[in-house]
Amino acid sequence: MTSPTSRRPYGVKGAPYGFLLPATLLFALFFALPIGYAVWLSFRKMHVSGLGLGAGARSEVWAGAENYTAAFQDSELLNGALRVLGYGCVVVPVMLGLALLFALMLDSDRVRLAPFTRLAIFLPYAVPGVVAALLWGFLYLPDVSPFSFVLDRLGLPQPDLLDGGPLYLALSNIAVWGGTGFNMIVIYTSLRSVPAEVYEAAKLDGATPLQIALRIKIPMVAPSLVLTFFFSIIATLQVFNEPTTLKPLTNSVSTTWSPLMKVYQDAFGRNDIYSAAAEATLIAVVTLLLSFGFLRAANRRDKQEAAR
Amino acid sequence: MPHTKRRRLVTTAVAVSLGATALTACGAGDDGKAESGPVSLTYWTWTPGMDKVVDLWNQGPGKKARITVTVKKQASGDTLITKILTAHKAKKAPDLVQAEYQALPTLVSNDALADISDQVGDVEGKFAEGVWQQTTLGTDAVYAVPQDIGPMMFYYREDLFRRYGLKVPTTWEQFAETARLLKKKAPDKDLTTFSANDSGLFAGLAQQAGAKWWATSGDRWKVGIDDDATRKVAAFWGGLVKEGVIDNQPMYTPSWNKALDTGRQIAWVSAVWAPGTLTTAAPDTKGKWAMAPLPQWSAEQDVTGSWGGSSTAVTTDSAHKEAAAEFAAWLNTDHEALNALAKEGGIYPASTSAQLSGAFSDPPAYFANQPDFYTKAADIAKTTAPSAWGPDVNVAYTSFKDAFGAAAKNKSDFAAALKKMQDDTVADMKKQGFGVAR
Repeated sequence: MTSPTSRRPYGVKGAPYGFLLPATLLFALFFALPIGYAVWLSFRKMHVSGLGLGAGARSEVWAGAENYTAAFQDSELLNGALRVLGYGCVVVPVMLGLALLFALMLDSDRVRLAPFTRLAIFLPYAVPGVVAALLWGFLYLPDVSPFSFVLDRLGLPQPDLLDGGPLYLALSNIAVWGGTGFNMIVIYTSLRSVPAEVYEAAKLDGATPLQIALRIKIPMVAPSLVLTFFFSIIATLQVFNEPTTLKPLTNSVSTTWSPLMKVYQDAFGRNDIYSAAAEATLIAVVTLLLSFGFLRAANRRDKQEAAR
Repeated sequence: MPHTKRRRLVTTAVAVSLGATALTACGAGDDGKAESGPVSLTYWTWTPGMDKVVDLWNQGPGKKARITVTVKKQASGDTLITKILTAHKAKKAPDLVQAEYQALPTLVSNDALADISDQVGDVEGKFAEGVWQQTTLGTDAVYAVPQDIGPMMFYYREDLFRRYGLKVPTTWEQFAETARLLKKKAPDKDLTTFSANDSGLFAGLAQQAGAKWWATSGDRWKVGIDDDATRKVAAFWGGLVKEGVIDNQPMYTPSWNKALDTGRQIAWVSAVWAPGTLTTAAPDTKGKWAMAPLPQWSAEQDVTGSWGGSSTAVTTDSAHKEAAAEFAAWLNTDHEALNALAKEGGIYPASTSAQLSGAFSDPPAYFANQPDFYTKAADIAKTTAPSAWGPDVNVAYTSFKDAFGAAAKNKSDFAAALKKMQDDTVADMKKQGFGVAR
């Protein structure tokens, strides 16, 4: 027998789900559904028969894992990944190193004009990536670059920054220029939240500013270093703007230089959204594995240290 | 005459292949009854100033016929094709689209373009045979009305040629000699550059040499990118780059602009639209350039390739195909429209009668020193070799940019790059399921 009163807890039990509904709905509509569709597309392909002419010559068919095997065997995708890896090996350490250095310097007592300097370092982050790449691209091009002009006047050799090894440095430089400010702010903010007593105690114990920076500040901001590292890995894997903008300026950047450029080329150049979907899924999975793998490794270290 | 023979061969080859399409397309586009009531059409185009040209229609003939056209400005190139095809999948393609000639087979093979032969068949006479053939793909159907063409020519710095005692080359052999001679007399200068960032240039050069990149036999495509004619062209340019007598940097960069403007590069193999590009790229050298026919592979030949050019097509999704076709015909044959197109959009019309009248009676301002510029251009346009396009030109073009870009950079073997271009194109066609002959 159910009385009206015994139904009430039932209603209360359902309430959380009611509150969850809008978020779940939005998540499903704007996140799960498009991703699901992309994954679905990655298992399909366009089949053309004969000459591929006429109304019925094209049909979408089930492809199974075909697009994925093709993506795995595609040397261009792998080469793109390797290029991005090389690029990341320059960008991430340099950018985070500089960001940490700037944050520590800004945090030191002796710094003057701190707000202005902070803004000046942060400002490049506000410049859109495409604009930054164009700006640097013009500075790199030997014939229009003021650097080349000066080097030429001084009788020094002018390196071609848009070719071979220097190209990686040139691309990395754009990313470092644009990204350091943002990472610096993240690290700096967490430095400011370290209680002053800690420094006081260190000073009383006779620690030099350098020792304070190395032994106290850096370990204290380790979580934000992990966070910025995590962001940087994702940004590196997704590099697209800079090489795409520099592409018309040099023969050294191909249309499939980075994995995302390959996805773009397949989807919009070759009109093969199925391969593009498979590659995009693959890149997403690799990004997920890499970034969460890193987060787990970082967490494990934290726990070990806490246990010690 | 080897020239006409070749054209006929291509025409029959494509005709056989597309016969089937023509039949199905006729069946699909059956709403050929007279329109009544106001009609509004959307038009995707990248030609600058097209809105002003369309205004002429909307206030003139369009007003009478109660057909209003709205221009939606688009980016040019491969991305527009993808955009059209995507819109077509949703049955929402615009009524009219601008399409480059080499993209027509791709669009037709996706059943995106309507056969408008009934509406525009009578304007055929206004265009050169080789140009018109590209819009019919050699069948009885007509998939587009030609808008502009890009017959290729040789541009050079008249003053610098004189200063270094160079003669305008009439054959490619002389062209190579000129490059070597210039390098000897002025080591810091280059005759020109081999640029891999615009595939249309290479396609045009191959076309001039007699290449047929796509042909059909039975229900199979035959890809002939790595054929003798193209190999000859690739080996020629690869040789010059390797020898170091021409530059290997891409075109359209600030560097390239500067090289043209300061006379570090003193010639450019280009097309009829070059004056527009030179005006912005090399403003300081206005009046110092001259135009000549493209060098030939043998002295007795007189043939050129084409680089660029586009057409106006009606899509199968249009609910008002007849009205759209009427506009397309007006836009590309009416004198007032073509004059405005030339003035606002800087195009060189495909319509032969427009090539010598109105806007084209005087030379372009940049070439004021060459009063017969357009008379010469019209003569050169008549010698354009026929072209043969296939359903995955975009793949071949991308492969060209990457393979030849790397080869030019490394000054390595262009033959290998050409083979890669052929292999990529064939592999893509096979992957999609096209029948490909060995």
